[in-house]
Order: sequence, then C-alpha cells, then structure tokens
Amino acid sequence: MSAARPAPAGTPAQIPASQEDGQSAAADTGPDEAPSPPGPSGLAITTSGLTKRFRGGQVAVDDLALAVPRGSVYGFLGPNGSGKTTTIRMLLGLIYPTRGSVCLLGDAAPGAAARVLPRVGSLVEGPAFYPGLSGRANLTRIDAADRTADPGSAPARIDAALDRVGLLSAARKRYRAYSLGMKQRLAIATSLLRPRELIILDEPTNGLDPQGTREVRGLIREIATDGVTVLISSHLLAEVEQICTHVGVMRTGRLVFQGSLEEMRGLDSRRVVVRTAQPGQAAKVLAALGLADIQSADGEVSAQLADESAERICRELVLAGVGVAGLDTPRPNLEDLFVGLTGEGFDVDG
Amino acid sequence: MSTAEATGAPPAGAGQLAAGAAAGPGAVAAWLRLLRSELRLVFRRLRNLALLAVLAALPVLLGIALRLAAPRGGGGPESSFIDQLAGNGVFLAFIAITVMIALVLPLAIAVVSGDSVAGEAGLGTLRYLLTVPAGRTRLLAVKYVAIVIFALASCCVVVAAALATGATLFPVGPVTLLSGTTVSLGEGLLRVLFVTLYVAAGMAALGAIGLAVSTFTEHPIGAIATVLVLAVASEIADNIPQFAVVQPYLPTHWWLFFDSLLRTPVATTDLLHGLLSFGVYAVIFCAIAWARFTSTDVTA
Repeated sequence: MSAARPAPAGTPAQIPASQEDGQSAAADTGPDEAPSPPGPSGLAITTSGLTKRFRGGQVAVDDLALAVPRGSVYGFLGPNGSGKTTTIRMLLGLIYPTRGSVCLLGDAAPGAAARVLPRVGSLVEGPAFYPGLSGRANLTRIDAADRTADPGSAPARIDAALDRVGLLSAARKRYRAYSLGMKQRLAIATSLLRPRELIILDEPTNGLDPQGTREVRGLIREIATDGVTVLISSHLLAEVEQICTHVGVMRTGRLVFQGSLEEMRGLDSRRVVVRTAQPGQAAKVLAALGLADIQSADGEVSAQLADESAERICRELVLAGVGVAGLDTPRPNLEDLFVGLTGEGFDVDG
Repeated sequence: MSTAEATGAPPAGAGQLAAGAAAGPGAVAAWLRLLRSELRLVFRRLRNLALLAVLAALPVLLGIALRLAAPRGGGGPESSFIDQLAGNGVFLAFIAITVMIALVLPLAIAVVSGDSVAGEAGLGTLRYLLTVPAGRTRLLAVKYVAIVIFALASCCVVVAAALATGATLFPVGPVTLLSGTTVSLGEGLLRVLFVTLYVAAGMAALGAIGLAVSTFTEHPIGAIATVLVLAVASEIADNIPQFAVVQPYLPTHWWLFFDSLLRTPVATTDLLHGLLSFGVYAVIFCAIAWARFTSTDVTA
C-alpha cells in the first residue's frame, strides 16, 4: 500500500482554520486519540432518516443517517446507482427529500440552504459549463450568481482559483476546447472561488486517465490540509482510499458502513504472518499464545492477531528457538472488505 | 413540496439582506450583477445575435422590395400602411412590425425564452448556479427580466432598421395618421416609440409563456418549438370566426392593435385591453414558472 497514506484515523479531525463561526467545531475536535466520532456540533454534515422516493416509486435513498466529521476527508462510496449522487443532490438542495432532514455545517436545511451553501463548494455529477465561454468567463458567471460574493475582488479570486487547479494558462481558452481533465479541474475551481468550510465532490475523478486522477487526488489532499471538510464520492475505493480519513459505504440506497478507515479495517481481524523454516514449531508457539485460526502453508504460518502485539509474538518465537525469517502484520485488504459490503457483480444496483 | 423555496424566497430575504450587507455587496447590487451576467450570456450568444441580425435585415429587404415594386393597395392588414409608404418612410416601421409580428418576432422571443431555463438544465449549468446558490426565485426573476429586455431590444432593432431604411429610400415628413389627421414628424416618431413599447409588451407576455414552458423540460429545442406552436396556434384561432368568443383572451389577439396609436384620438380602450391582456398573461405564466421551478427536483 502507498506510503502517502495520511494521518491514521486516530486523529480524525483537524481543527478548521480561522472560520468566522467555527467556534462550535473547535471545541469538539481536540487532539483526542479516541477514534470515536466527535459530538454533533463537530459534524459538518448530518442527515437523519433521509429518504428519496422518485415518482416512479423507486427508492433511491432509504433512511440515510450520514455523519461527516468536521475536518475529515469522507469517502462516500458505493457502486453506480447506489444513491450517492441522489444523496449529494439532496444535501445541496437540488432535489427535495421525500422524508428526513439534512443539516449542513450546523444549520438545518432546507431553510438554511441560502445561508449555508455559500460556505459549501461542490461539484455534482461531472463538469457542466457554457461551451462557448472561456474558462475564466465561466467562473465569472458562477461567481456573479453568488449574492454574497464581493464583485470587486472577483477577478483576483477567479485567477487564484484557476491558478490553484493549474488552468491559469488556459483561462482564455473556450471551455469547448478543454480536455476532460481540464473540464474536471475547472469544475473543482468553482468550489475554490472563495474560502469554504465544506467541499462536496461527486465522482471528481470520473472518466479521467491515471494522470488526471493523480492530479485531482493531489488537489483534494491539498484542499483538505487547510482544514476544510471534504466529502468525495466514488465507486472505486482504491481511488479515494489514499486520501480519506473516513468512509461511508452505500448499497442500494442504504448506508452499510460508516466510520473511520481504521474502523473499516477493524471489520476484518488483523493477522500476523510468520515466515520460518520451522512452521510446525512456530504454530505451536502461536497456539500457546492463545492465537486463533492458525494456518500453515509453504514456510508461512499465520494467525489472527487479536490483541497480541507483534513484538511479543516475535520474542516468544525466538525464545522457543524458532528461526524467524520474517514477521508481518499486513493491513486487511480494504478492497475485499468493500466488495463484501457492496456486493459483487452487476446485480447490486437493484 | 411544502418547502416551496429552498434557496432563498423573498420572505427569508430580510435576514439574508442583513448578512449580505455585512459580508458582501447589497442584495440589489448582487442582483444587478447577476442580471448583467445573464444579459451578457443572452446578447453575446451567436445564435441570438444571428436572430437580431435577421430582425434587422428583414425591414431593409422589405423597404427595398416596396421601393422597387410600386406599392399597390392589396387586401392585407398592412395595405393602408403601404399606401402611405410612398409619401413617408416612417410607415416602413409599421409595415415591418405588421409583417414580422406574425412569425419572426415571436420566433426570436420563443428562442430566448424557451432556452432560458431549459438551456441551463440541458447544459447542466443549472445545478452549478443553484448550488452557488443563486436562489431559485432570484434566478428566475433575472431570467425573466433578461427575456423582457431581449424582447424590447428585438422590437427596437426592427423599428430602427425600418426607420433607417425608410428614411433612405422614401421621403420623410409630417405623418398622416390612419384617421386622416397629420401630425409633425416629431410626434409621428413619438408614436413609433409607443408602438414599439406596446409590441414589446406583447412579446414580453409571450416571453412569460416561454419561461414557464422552459421550466418543464431539459430540452431547449422542445421548449422553443412549444412556444412557437402556441403562438402560431393562437394566431390561427384568432383568424377563425367560429372562435370569436375566445379570441379576446388569446395571447396574440391584441398584438396588432398597436395601430390604435396611429389614430386621433388614440383608441385607448383597445390599448388598455391589450396591455391588460399582456399583463395577465405575464403574471399567470410567471407564477406557473415560479411554482414549477421552486418545487421541482433538479436532476439534470
């Protein structure tokens, strides 16, 4: 796995940097080592009983209770058609819930949408701009729609946003002539037009080549280091795994898992793997330590780690005269866990 | 949906206004900024410019045709104007409006109004504007004002092109009105201005219908076609005697009554009926557009 993995989930939320009304958040997100989620006021997004039934009777989102901690990078995962985009559209007030409520940055929607949304940047279901306008003109248009944006600083803010996504040199080019990666970056730039407390990105890497995916991932990581809460949806765990602190997994409109990455790994017990020339003896030592599910195959003995520390196991093995060629406690494969949660194959969309 | 307005209905505006004044520009300044942005979008779009160019070219062609072919009184509604044209180029403005009000002017309005919301929905830019948040009511109001301005601009383009062509190809002087009285050129031009405004009001009413239709679809072409079909159907019904009972209530019925302004005394009853009809249509269809736009799910 990548060495670029950010802070483990033990430090769930960075304190939001200099927000006018972030006082409630700061109190709850101290450097507490406990992986338990912060209190309600430390949540950037909460939904309760959120349900959307479309006119055809199809239930796209069913009784959803999201809890996105402030300062987290929340990977909102699930196969295509599992209700991610519908949920995001409800968060942003684009579609109205059939039942349930949304609370953004401590303010209850829908009444609060006009108050809260200026502090929320978003990219919903891919980029969409006026093809005949340049990148800069498109951002100017979006900024003009914001009644709380200062028109005087608009040119500077727009150039800064373009610069941040690396489009400044293409600012005068028509949107029509942009590559898919540039379009995607322009869409991200709309959420950078002003300082935000929350950024919601729906499939920001959709349709990008590996190079573009890396660029976007780097950009999100950069945004998140400023203490901004990021919710990023994807149907690929691998795509967001490296930058997320928390995940929520959707399956056919329901949330099947929500918590920190560490908690998700905890779903599958961690194992210790010992490479040795004396597998029989090693297995005996592991059994003596009380480890369960001992398996032995071609010079490797493995067992469930449980609460035992790797150091103690190593010491016991050596004391028992077992030559230890290698000892590892590999991280559980998240991809397998994810597929286990969301189901496999084409029939998962219900 | 009972929560009629998610993104800032006027009643919620008071708190918003206070917040806006503290954080950024005033609500009015911000609204005007969005309107400017909308107008830039409408008036810089190549398709709309082409429409305006057609609106400017047709009166020129009309003037040249009438100059080459000696005007002869026909049976059409414009015949009385054509009789006058040889003596006064100002009448080319009335001829142009009479000819173009049937199809070309409504087409221009249908294109811009039908495209207003449906076009944004089709491109997907609507979801970006709404998550800014632009505010649904606010965005709709800006859209309608832009349509009205485009309608006025369209009528002005037709009249200006007609007046310029008329002045070039025909003599210009005191204007003999339809009622036989002659007024000075200045007053004649003033009446041309009022005719322009009256016709623009009629087109603005059509624009409201277009705005409403536009909120029901993501396909601008469908909305544009619907508006145009509605206008033409109304005009046809207006010409079938069996529909006499409903004719005064048709959206297009009062369009041609602008000639009331060319009589002394001005037939104000007809004009006021016309303006009332336009106003009622504008209010009803803006209300439909609002009800639809503020309650619908944006899934585009």
